[in-house]
Amino acid sequence: MRRPGSIEAMAETTVQRAADRAGVARRLLREIAPFKKPVWTAMIFVVISAAGQSLAPWLVGHAIDRNIGSRDTSGLALSMGLLLAVYAASATAQRMQSRLIGGTGQRILASMRARLFRHLQLLPISYFDKRPIGDLMSRLQSDVDTLNQLFAQGLTQLLGQLLALVGIIIAMLWLNWQLALVCFTIIPVMLATTSFFAARARAAYRKTRETTGDVSADLQEGIVGIREAQAFNRTEVNIARFRERNAANRDANVSATGITSAFSPAIDMLSTLANALVIGFGGWLVFNERLSIGVLAAFLLYVQQFFRPVQLAASVYTLAQSALAGAERLFAILDAPVEPDDARDSTMLERVEGRISFEQVSFSYDPARPVLKEISFEVAAGQVVALVGRTGAGKTTIANLVPRFYDATSGTIRLDGHDVTKVSRASLRAHMAMVPQEPFLFTGSLADNIAYGYPDAPREKIEAAAKAVGLHDFISGLPKGYDTVLNEGGGSLSQGQRQLMAFARAVLMKPSVLILDEATANIDTRTESLIQKALSTLLAQRTAVVIAHRLSTITNADLILVIEGGQIIERGTHDALLAAGGRYAELYRKQFREGPKDAA
Amino acid sequence: MPGSGKAVLRAIRYLGSYRLETFGALTSLLLVSVANLAAPQLLRFAIDQGLTPRDWSNVQLAVGGLVAVALIRGLLNFLQGYLAERASQGVAFHLRDGLYAHIQKLSFNYYDTAQTGNLLTRLTNDVEQVRSFVGSGVVQLAASLAMLLGTIILLFSINATLALAALATVVPIFWVLKRFVTSIGPLFGRLQGTLARLSTVLQESLQGLKVVRAFSGEKREVARYGQINDELRDQNLQVVDAMSSNFPFVNFFANLGTVAVVGVGGLQIFRGELSLGQLIAFNSYLAFLLMPIMTIGFLAAQISRAGASAMRVFELLDTPLELSDAADAKPLPALQGRVEFKNVVFRYTGSEKPILKGVDFTIEPGQTVALLGTTGAGKSTIINLIPRFYDVTSGSVLVDGHDVRTVTLSSLRSQIGIVLQEALLFSGSVRSNIAYGRPEATLEEVRAAAVAAQAASFIDELPQGYETIIGERGVGLSGGQRQRIAIARALLTDPKLLILDDSTSAVDAETELAIQAALDGLMRNTSKTAFVIAQRISTVRDADVILVLDEGQIVAKGKHEELLASSPLYNEILGTQLRGKLTEAA
Repeated sequence: MRRPGSIEAMAETTVQRAADRAGVARRLLREIAPFKKPVWTAMIFVVISAAGQSLAPWLVGHAIDRNIGSRDTSGLALSMGLLLAVYAASATAQRMQSRLIGGTGQRILASMRARLFRHLQLLPISYFDKRPIGDLMSRLQSDVDTLNQLFAQGLTQLLGQLLALVGIIIAMLWLNWQLALVCFTIIPVMLATTSFFAARARAAYRKTRETTGDVSADLQEGIVGIREAQAFNRTEVNIARFRERNAANRDANVSATGITSAFSPAIDMLSTLANALVIGFGGWLVFNERLSIGVLAAFLLYVQQFFRPVQLAASVYTLAQSALAGAERLFAILDAPVEPDDARDSTMLERVEGRISFEQVSFSYDPARPVLKEISFEVAAGQVVALVGRTGAGKTTIANLVPRFYDATSGTIRLDGHDVTKVSRASLRAHMAMVPQEPFLFTGSLADNIAYGYPDAPREKIEAAAKAVGLHDFISGLPKGYDTVLNEGGGSLSQGQRQLMAFARAVLMKPSVLILDEATANIDTRTESLIQKALSTLLAQRTAVVIAHRLSTITNADLILVIEGGQIIERGTHDALLAAGGRYAELYRKQFREGPKDAA
Repeated sequence: MPGSGKAVLRAIRYLGSYRLETFGALTSLLLVSVANLAAPQLLRFAIDQGLTPRDWSNVQLAVGGLVAVALIRGLLNFLQGYLAERASQGVAFHLRDGLYAHIQKLSFNYYDTAQTGNLLTRLTNDVEQVRSFVGSGVVQLAASLAMLLGTIILLFSINATLALAALATVVPIFWVLKRFVTSIGPLFGRLQGTLARLSTVLQESLQGLKVVRAFSGEKREVARYGQINDELRDQNLQVVDAMSSNFPFVNFFANLGTVAVVGVGGLQIFRGELSLGQLIAFNSYLAFLLMPIMTIGFLAAQISRAGASAMRVFELLDTPLELSDAADAKPLPALQGRVEFKNVVFRYTGSEKPILKGVDFTIEPGQTVALLGTTGAGKSTIINLIPRFYDVTSGSVLVDGHDVRTVTLSSLRSQIGIVLQEALLFSGSVRSNIAYGRPEATLEEVRAAAVAAQAASFIDELPQGYETIIGERGVGLSGGQRQRIAIARALLTDPKLLILDDSTSAVDAETELAIQAALDGLMRNTSKTAFVIAQRISTVRDADVILVLDEGQIVAKGKHEELLASSPLYNEILGTQLRGKLTEAA
């Protein structure tokens, strides 16, 4: 944890600027609005603690001049009593204000995080297409974190310190304006010094960050690629390369230190110079009987209190810049339009047989590049339609349009004759289940994962679903059975088992329509036959849209659509298409080319 | 934590290589302390000898002295900061360098159970923790102790009564700091845990976006996130609370010192036992009392973290290298390509049952061997034993008649080309990826390897051809393309012995065709011995020898037609593919 105000803290904050700083700042202030009461209460405490901080040195000066000078024991006792009271009041006030402001900051952040997350759940899927998960994650984490730093460290301290600075300045001017003005000349020198060092330190730290990035990238590869490294006898080369980058990182750090470690001595020197100035000029004033020694002593105390607020202000300023830039990005997420609400006259789908029709459906992200061009087809309830074609042909897009992950640009998609855009999304999706190509498992128990779409499912139904896909024996063989907790990404299950989990999840939903993106990975034969068996359970009695890679699903499909360039170029059953000898026949032969050879 | 102190001491010994820097930093810091302690004396001199008796020259002297002290102190402060950082960066460099070299040599056995994230943390965070403590921490600790001691002695020498009064206020500061450090540590630990959980939910909701939407899980995700978010908020509030109920009071007790000094000191002045200058100087020393205490408190919190980190670092550094060259290991002469397994038994560390239970076979130079079997039958283990990624539990593996344990690892592995199960690409150009095993290869050689691996045509279509940056930060390649680059990588080393683990490639039909063509080319090449783990019927059909494995033993051996007729397991494994043919033939 870097201390705010330290040169390292300033240098490590990358300077970013929000495009509309005033707008973002206003909006952040609006975030504070619901917390008016604690914030205003905190302000009162801020004033108390600032008053205390500016009063205390004056009391010390008073005690020296009036009480000690005149040997007034009871006066000294009174002054000390007052001083004690002032210190106690100011400590209590500080505690209250930092608690109130810090607490408010945390509450604002928690509410922003919650709203951001809720908003993400409402954004259309197209929003995520062009935004890598890593970027979104770091936005939600590091931008919120910068705001957190601003609230938790910067603002709480800065407010108090700045007010104290004002109090100190007033007190100094009141005690002796000439000496005060002379002391103030240190402020611009200090600000200049700070910004001089901060700018250089920032440049140096940029270099440090780069070399640190190189080192971690190298480390990552060195560990992840260890098998390649040993297999290709690369270890010595890798060690030498790492040594080079490691040394570059060390050198960058050392030269950055050259700058940062000059900073605090420089500030320290200024502070001693300020002392010298007070004694020199103040002493001259004392000689001319225009200043008492007690006031001089008070000034010595005041001057020392100058530095922290000024330094802190400089650092919080940088932090605030970055926080505003971060807040602007966060607001951009919150401002992104959510999935349009269900149409006002939307109906709830009660019972669904599963008849699907596409009527001249076109889709594009970008009007210049259509992804689907006037796709039309019809699937009767209970039938299986297989989509075949190359990567990028548009198969996945067709599948995504059925549960309305996207809305068609033109044309109509109907389920049992209902235009899907005219029914509520939730009721539409309630009749569908999806099995993605890469089965996704959540952290949690196996039971929770199977019951993802039906969280209240009784255990018997979960077990029945697992039985249906042939997973029950495996799960009940585990020490904790269905309560076995998966680690992140379900890494403890094999590829085939993860696939079966996704099947079980879909089976439990008893969907009328199933959307299945078949996995391409080669799985060993025994698991493969389990999956085939499970698939036939899964496809029975329901309409299925299958992005097909497997022989058996294709041959058994009621309708095969060959997609190329966003259009259906061939349609029919397996036998018909094979007999036609077109693109499908060609694709099929390529995939199973040993067939003809063997038959020959 | 037991052993943590020892680990810290061991880390400190690394400073030995930076004696000059450490010594310089320590000396500078001690001199800084002296200069710090001198400043209030000058202040006292200015007041007692200058201002009170109205002696202007003494005031000038004091001011001059203050400026001089400031300059010297500035210079020394800079020196100590700079030198301490040099030393600590040096220690970090040594630790990281040693760790990296070590992990490069750890065996596959180690990596089978190690977690990447965990290893990375040791090399980054843990080293950083150790670094910041060992460099500046040690120097600061020493200097703070010296400063504290010096200040106390000085205070007592000025005025014992006043010193006692001042020290009395220090006791509660210690108490507050100790309370803070002990309560905040576990709090931060819990906070980190909660943050990690929050981030997991966020990541899952983004990665599993479509599943969430398809199964209408949005509300539940929001609730799950909300719950952890609330926990996080509450823990953050606790931290705010701990901070705000401790730090203002540290200041309060420090200020109490001023009250004590001025109050008690004032009375002493009445009695003529103290001068005004001494009083003001005394007050300045209070700050010097507080500073080292705060530093020590901060370092105390750091030292336990550094200790835990140092233990993790050294644990890794001390992990024995299971596989290294025997003392009398000789380089393997130019490889012919004969491979023999003699009654090989192999058991993974920590596993009860052996994965290979007495495997025997001999492969002649130039033969192509296909390994077939269900998952866990031991196929991958067999090919991992040839380049000695693991050592056999009993029995022996011989290459050209040499037991692999008697030759040097580098001479053995440099003559074997390997395509691992999951093709890993490194951030860098296509060219550097293909030339991974032979960084000095010319572009022509790289191109030739790419052509042989059927990768040349797609590489030519990439934006910058062979110079296109791929890997994590570059152009994404499909599974099949990666696979072919991995094959090219293996071919470039022009090995006499080629090992291919082709069991998990996830590719579409056309890519599969290209890979198959590349493999076919390799396997027909009779100058190389090749071991192939494959699921494809076409691969096995062309093999000279097929080894069918079940439960760690070779259950059948022969050519395609022979096995088709004799081995039920062979037929079962190729089941679907054989059926596919039948459909086609029908």
